[in-house]
Amino acid sequence: MSQNGKINRNEFDVIIIGGGITGAGTARDCALRGLKVLLIERHDIATGATGRNHGLLHSGARYAVTDQESARECIKENMILRKIARHCVEETDGFFITLPEDDLDYQKKFADACNSAGIKAEIIDPKEAIRLEPSVNPSIIGAVRVPDGSVDPFRLTTANITDAKLHGAKVMVYTELVSFIKEGDTVKGVKVHNHITGEDLEFYAPVTVNAGGIWGHAIAEKAGTTINMFPAKGALLIFGHRVNNIVLNRCRKPANADILVPGDTVCVIGTTSSRVPFDEVDDMRVTPDEVDLLLAEGAKLAPALASTRILRAYAGVRPLVSADNDPSGRNISRGIVLLDHETRDGIKGFISITGGKLMTYRLMAEWAADAVCKKLGSDKKCQTMDIPLPGSKSEGIEEISRKIWAHPTTSQKASAGRHGDLIGKVPSENEFDTSLVCECEEVSTGEVRYAIDELDVHNLVDLRRRTRVGMGTCQGELCACRAAGLLAQARNCAEGERNDLKRFLNERWKGIYPVGWGDALRESEYSQWVYSGVCGLEK
Amino acid sequence: MKFDTVIIGGGLSGLVCGLRLQKGGKKCAIVSSGQSAMHFSSGYFDFLDRTPDGKDVSVPLDAVDLLDKEHPYSKIGKARLTAYAEEIKGFFKGCGIILNGNPLRNGYRITPMGNLKRTWLGLDDFQVLETEGYPWKKVLIANIEGFLDFNTAFIAQSLEAKGIECRTSVLKIEETERLRRNPSEMRATNIARVLEHGSVEEKAVKQIGNLLQDEDAVILPAVFGLKKAGMKEAIEKALGREVIFVATMPPSVPGIRTQMRLRSEFEAAGGVFLQGDTACAPLMNGQKVASIGTVNFGDIRLEADSFVLAAGNFFSKGLTATPECIHENVFGLDTDASAARSDWYDTDFFNRQNYISYGVKTDRKFRCMKDGNTLVNLYATGSILGGSNALYEGCGAGTAIFSAFSVADTILSENA
Repeated sequence: MSQNGKINRNEFDVIIIGGGITGAGTARDCALRGLKVLLIERHDIATGATGRNHGLLHSGARYAVTDQESARECIKENMILRKIARHCVEETDGFFITLPEDDLDYQKKFADACNSAGIKAEIIDPKEAIRLEPSVNPSIIGAVRVPDGSVDPFRLTTANITDAKLHGAKVMVYTELVSFIKEGDTVKGVKVHNHITGEDLEFYAPVTVNAGGIWGHAIAEKAGTTINMFPAKGALLIFGHRVNNIVLNRCRKPANADILVPGDTVCVIGTTSSRVPFDEVDDMRVTPDEVDLLLAEGAKLAPALASTRILRAYAGVRPLVSADNDPSGRNISRGIVLLDHETRDGIKGFISITGGKLMTYRLMAEWAADAVCKKLGSDKKCQTMDIPLPGSKSEGIEEISRKIWAHPTTSQKASAGRHGDLIGKVPSENEFDTSLVCECEEVSTGEVRYAIDELDVHNLVDLRRRTRVGMGTCQGELCACRAAGLLAQARNCAEGERNDLKRFLNERWKGIYPVGWGDALRESEYSQWVYSGVCGLEK
Repeated sequence: MKFDTVIIGGGLSGLVCGLRLQKGGKKCAIVSSGQSAMHFSSGYFDFLDRTPDGKDVSVPLDAVDLLDKEHPYSKIGKARLTAYAEEIKGFFKGCGIILNGNPLRNGYRITPMGNLKRTWLGLDDFQVLETEGYPWKKVLIANIEGFLDFNTAFIAQSLEAKGIECRTSVLKIEETERLRRNPSEMRATNIARVLEHGSVEEKAVKQIGNLLQDEDAVILPAVFGLKKAGMKEAIEKALGREVIFVATMPPSVPGIRTQMRLRSEFEAAGGVFLQGDTACAPLMNGQKVASIGTVNFGDIRLEADSFVLAAGNFFSKGLTATPECIHENVFGLDTDASAARSDWYDTDFFNRQNYISYGVKTDRKFRCMKDGNTLVNLYATGSILGGSNALYEGCGAGTAIFSAFSVADTILSENA
């Protein structure tokens, strides 16, 4: 250890602000290059737009006609993620379908554009499409098959964070940026507040990366500059089971509610797009009009959606950036935006990485890490396109199965899917470990303990992001109380956990009431009787 | 098939109504589709814990005047409600169920979170605390090992905050091993079945005895006594300490036991209980219901002079919400739900939720309405009634029982 331990502990090569997929990916990339990394996140990882999208592994086809560059980026990253994040990805394929109301001439233009961007697009007979995906609207007049898939953003972020930590990165969740430490026109570090310990801390690094997504706007302001951001709300609906096994898209210019993605036990329709004021981005709620629109458009892709139970509604905010010379926002790009504030605004030691999409997070991280290395004078190269993430390192399911042969068959597949080849770390020695906390998603007591001990879980919502506790059809009806008991035990704080349980139930309710009818309402009535009535929990 | 009265719904309200009619000399059938609110019972009945504007209620009958005229209690009227409250213990005793507490005053119960919550009467082994305070100094809180639906830590924390000394411990019951082999079997009713088997209960009590030090009371999860009540007294006798059962997460052992007891009493009195069947396809004769069908009976119809709809709220599928409206499922009756979906919910989970108060419209005798007209021989009871928010006001069991009494008495007097 260094003689000057105190300074050493607070000094890093790079500080990354934001624990979404971009920040997590940047932390991993920098850590793999041997940099000493600090990542701070004011909530939990993957709380912003990262966890509030389709979970679509874009082939890039959606952008092929309008934006060839984005399309090329997407297909390249798509192929990389299939390799490095195998346990987060499901290779479902996707269809771009043409309905009678759509222009069939667009199909050829679309397929040509895909193929020129390097996306394998195959026009298939509509009858064959219906055979392959029986849920698709039977009146389709055209279908193009593309290599879409689905990706679990929570799992992907966790894997990036885990690997960053394995390579020496320090990750502090619930740690919020208070202000930048500046010397003249140079950012020297950050003052932060830890919401869990209540501590105020200072950290120093020659480079700080703003990876705050839509909140990057406020982060940049704290550094004394502005980024021209346009918060664009996108609302989505989650259905109670997988209606489709192949991603369904409309073969037309991108519009509202024209993508249906199967993922895990559910499927997701989205999105809408509307500009929202910055003061609303912390509490996005889905309106009845948005729900009605998503349902109406969704049923055109797969008619069964009209009679399928909706689990919840949610919304994210895209961090769209308009060009610096275009304050009106007419020229908004969905591409990656890397800003070196030294050349742009004369602020040294500070860069922003924003724009982009979940799909291109790795490339964004690569750009950001390249920029960091350039500032540090390092010539280390990016390796993230080749090195698999933790969880995706093993050869396949047989090897994983060997680690979980003792688990009950009910939970083997579920937890192996969630943790990939790290599944061996989930305790399963006895029947107490294997007993189920969450029956919908088959989460065992052992898996909950593993998440609490190893995956930075501080509350029930964090636990949900790591394990899917409470994400199933019952939306936390019984498992919330069970998991709260285990958390109370692990953290030896029953009072804090009781409040946590209330917050969790309200967080679930926020996504349920916009779709509160049918079985969703039945389930909620039951939950409200159990928690407000039997348990007597109050606001 | 011809009955005097056919009741749709085999929960608390339907059973109480059926028992009162059957015991009053009517030939009744109950069509029950399955679970009811009794499956998530706290072990207690509530009469009226809180007024619609949020005031705590100590004497429910005194608060009846404050209720809206569409509230089921207002339709019954204070005089009759008073008589029913005085009669309730005797009625249930006649069905083999002891109700503890004062029927004219509210008391308190311990919640699964360890807090005290207003309540009215306790079922069999469930004691009502008369005042708002824990009457013990030192308590042992014991759980069954590996049972996740009961959290001793929450209870201990609440009691300790009020200065009660608490110790938590687990009972290791090897017979539950069989349940643990299947990861989802460690549930209250399954544990209760294991405990009731052979000498398991006895061994469990012995273990509690060994765990006890100088505590004056033991708090246990409500997993004792699925078939018959009386375990509180038995354990108290064996250990010489007070025993308090606290509700678990559903399924509720005391709720299911009480429902099974009421059902056997109804059948013993000559009633016909059609389990696992769903009413459908009503046949109307002017403003009267002539008969209903059921899913299992196909074209065999159930005819009756009068019909009672006690099918419950959303959970029990008496009502269904769609994006456009809230409708009643068997007859398509008029409901009092707001047409705007945004009125149905509060954005905070723990605030009063209007959707819970919605139900069918009835006249002063609880006769239902369809397209604005009263159906003269179709009555509604229990949580399918509009006019009250059973969860917010804490009036679920009281509404279920008293509206059933009221409708049964109307039928008995009008078809005497």
